[in-house]
Amino acid sequence: MASSPRPGRLNPRDLVRLGGYGLRARPLRVVLSALGIAIGIAAMAAVVGISASGRASLDRLLDSLGTNLLTAGPGQTLFGESATLPNESVAMVRRMGQVESVTAIGLLPEARVYRTDKIPAPQSGGIGTYAVRTDLLDTVGGKVTSGTWLNDATGHYPAVVLGARTAQVLGLRTVSRDVQIWLGGRWFTVAGILDPVPLAPELDLGALIGWPAAQRYLGFDGNITTLYLRANPDAVQTARGLLARTVNPAQPNEVDVSRPSDALAAQAAAETTFTGLLLGLGAVALLVGGIGVANTMVISVLERRAEIGLRRSLGATRGHIRIQFLTESLLLSVFGGSTGILLGSGVTAVYATVRGWPTVVPAWVIAGGIAAALIIGAVAGLYPAVRAARLAPTEALAAA
Amino acid sequence: MTSAAGVIVTLRGVGREYAGGVTALRDVDLDIHRGELVAIVGPSGSGKTTMLNMMGTLDRPSSGQVVIDGFDVAELSDRELSALRARQIGFVFQHFHLAPGVSVLDNVSDGLLYTGVRLRERRERAEAALRLVGLGHRLTHRPHELSGGERQRTAIARAVVGEPALLLADEPTGALDSQSGEGVMRLLLDLNNFGTTVVVITHEPAVASHLARHVSMLDGHVVGDQTVAMT
Repeated sequence: MASSPRPGRLNPRDLVRLGGYGLRARPLRVVLSALGIAIGIAAMAAVVGISASGRASLDRLLDSLGTNLLTAGPGQTLFGESATLPNESVAMVRRMGQVESVTAIGLLPEARVYRTDKIPAPQSGGIGTYAVRTDLLDTVGGKVTSGTWLNDATGHYPAVVLGARTAQVLGLRTVSRDVQIWLGGRWFTVAGILDPVPLAPELDLGALIGWPAAQRYLGFDGNITTLYLRANPDAVQTARGLLARTVNPAQPNEVDVSRPSDALAAQAAAETTFTGLLLGLGAVALLVGGIGVANTMVISVLERRAEIGLRRSLGATRGHIRIQFLTESLLLSVFGGSTGILLGSGVTAVYATVRGWPTVVPAWVIAGGIAAALIIGAVAGLYPAVRAARLAPTEALAAA
Repeated sequence: MTSAAGVIVTLRGVGREYAGGVTALRDVDLDIHRGELVAIVGPSGSGKTTMLNMMGTLDRPSSGQVVIDGFDVAELSDRELSALRARQIGFVFQHFHLAPGVSVLDNVSDGLLYTGVRLRERRERAEAALRLVGLGHRLTHRPHELSGGERQRTAIARAVVGEPALLLADEPTGALDSQSGEGVMRLLLDLNNFGTTVVVITHEPAVASHLARHVSMLDGHVVGDQTVAMT
C-alpha cells in the first residue's frame, strides 16, 4: 500500500480569498453586521480621540500661557472678614529670587459700570472695576483684541480697558475713538478690549483702569485684592510655598495662594471621568456588534451546508473548513473595525475642528480598535466555525 | 477480471446503517476497474447515493471493507480521506454547487484548492480543464450567466481539474433539459476515453444507456451487474 495521502495546506492568500467569497455572496448582511462592530469601535475611537484632542488643546493652551503664573489674594481673617494685602507686598514679592514678574490689581467695589448714565443703577451687569498696573497684561498673558492697553499716560486719565465679557455685556465689539462708558459716576473713555484671559478669568468681566486714575478719580485706597506673579518655571513650587509668608509675614494663613493652570488641568481631569463612562458605553456597543457577527456566522454556516459538503468532497479537511469560517468572521470584524476607526476619527476631526482643537487620534486607538475587532471576530467566529467543521460531508451535501 | 492493481474501487460485504435502524446498504460486493464506465441504477431509496458516498469516501461503512485506489478507508483518518478525495476523486452533483459571484475560472481552480497547488498553477490548469469541456470562452463569466448545461460542464471541469483517477457523478443530468443532458453525458464519455474511471448514478434509463456496465440496486442490495455491448 502506498504511503497515506497528506492534505495540502491553505496559504494565507487563499484563506483571504476564501473568506472573501463568503462575504461577497451576501453583501447586505455583511455590511449590516460589520456596522455593529463599526459603531462600537467608532464610539470608542471618537471618545478617546475627542478627549485626547481636548487634552492636546489644553496642553497647547498651557504651553502658550505658561504654568508658572501664581496668584495671591488676601483671603479672610480669622473672624471671617475680608482681609487686604499690605501695600508693600508687591515690592516684597518682587524681591523673591524665584519671581520673574509681579503685578497687582485692586477691586473698587463701589465703582459700578454702565453703558451710559441713563441706565438704572441696579443694572450694573456684575462688572467689577479694577485698578491695575500697566504690567498686568504681560504677567497674566493677556492680549488686546481691539484698541490699546493702558500705558503710563492713559493710566493717569479716565481711560478704561474692558474684559472680553464686559465688552459683550456693554455691547461693544471694537473701540472707536470716542466711546465712553459711565463708570463710578463719571465718563471713562474705552481704550481697548481684551481677549479672554484663561489664567485670570476674573478679568474677563472687569473694567480695568490705571492705578493712578483710580486713586485720583474714584478715591481708590490702594488696597490690593489680587497679586499676579510669574515664577521661574523651575521654581514654581518653591515660590508657591514662600508666597504667603512673603506677602503677609504677620498673617500668612490669611493669604489665598493658587495656581490658575491647575484649575484648567483639574477641569480636564474631570472630563476624563466622562470619558470612562462613554468608553464603557462604546464597549457595550462593541459587544452587541460582536453578537451580531456571531449571529451572522451561525446563519451563514446553516445556509452554506451545501458549500461545506462540496468543499469536503473537493478534499477540504475539517481544519480547512474551520479556518475558512474563522477567516470570514475575522475579515468581517476587521472590515467593521476599520470602518469604525475611520468613522471615529472623522467624528473626532469634526468635533475638534468645531471646537478649534487640534485633531488627535492616538496610534494606540487605531491598533487597539483593530485588535479588539480581531478578538471579537475570533470569539464570534469560533463556535460557528467549529460547527461547520463538525458537519459530516454526507449530511452537508444532503442539505442541498 | 483484471489483476488487483487494475481495481480502483473494491467493496466487500459493505453495509451502512443509520441511527434509528435505517439500513441503506446491505452486504454489497463490487469491484470497479480503472478505466471503466459504470452506471449505478435503481429507484430512489435504493441506496445509490449511499454507494456513491462510500466510493467517494464521504462516509464510512458500518460493516465490511471499502478500498479506494489501494487505500483501505477504515485505516485512514478523516484528514487522510480528505487528502485522498482532493487528489484521486472528483465529484459531480445534480445541482452543480458552483460558488455564486465567483468567476467560472476560479470556481474550477478551487477544484485544486486543497491539493497544495499554488494559485497561478491552479488557474492555468483550470483554464485547460475549461477548454477541455468546451468553455474556454466563458472563463470570466459568473455561474448565473451560464446555461444549466454550461454550469454542469463547469462543475465537471472542477471535478477533473486535478486529474482524479475516479470521477463520481450523482444524477449529473437530473437538473438539465434532455439536450444539455446529452452534451454532459458525451463529455463524461470523452473523459472516460481519456482514461478516467467514471461512475454515474442515475435513475434515468436514457442516461444509463450511454454506459457500458449497469449495476442495479434495490433496497440496499446490488441486484444486477451486467455489461452491455456498446454500439
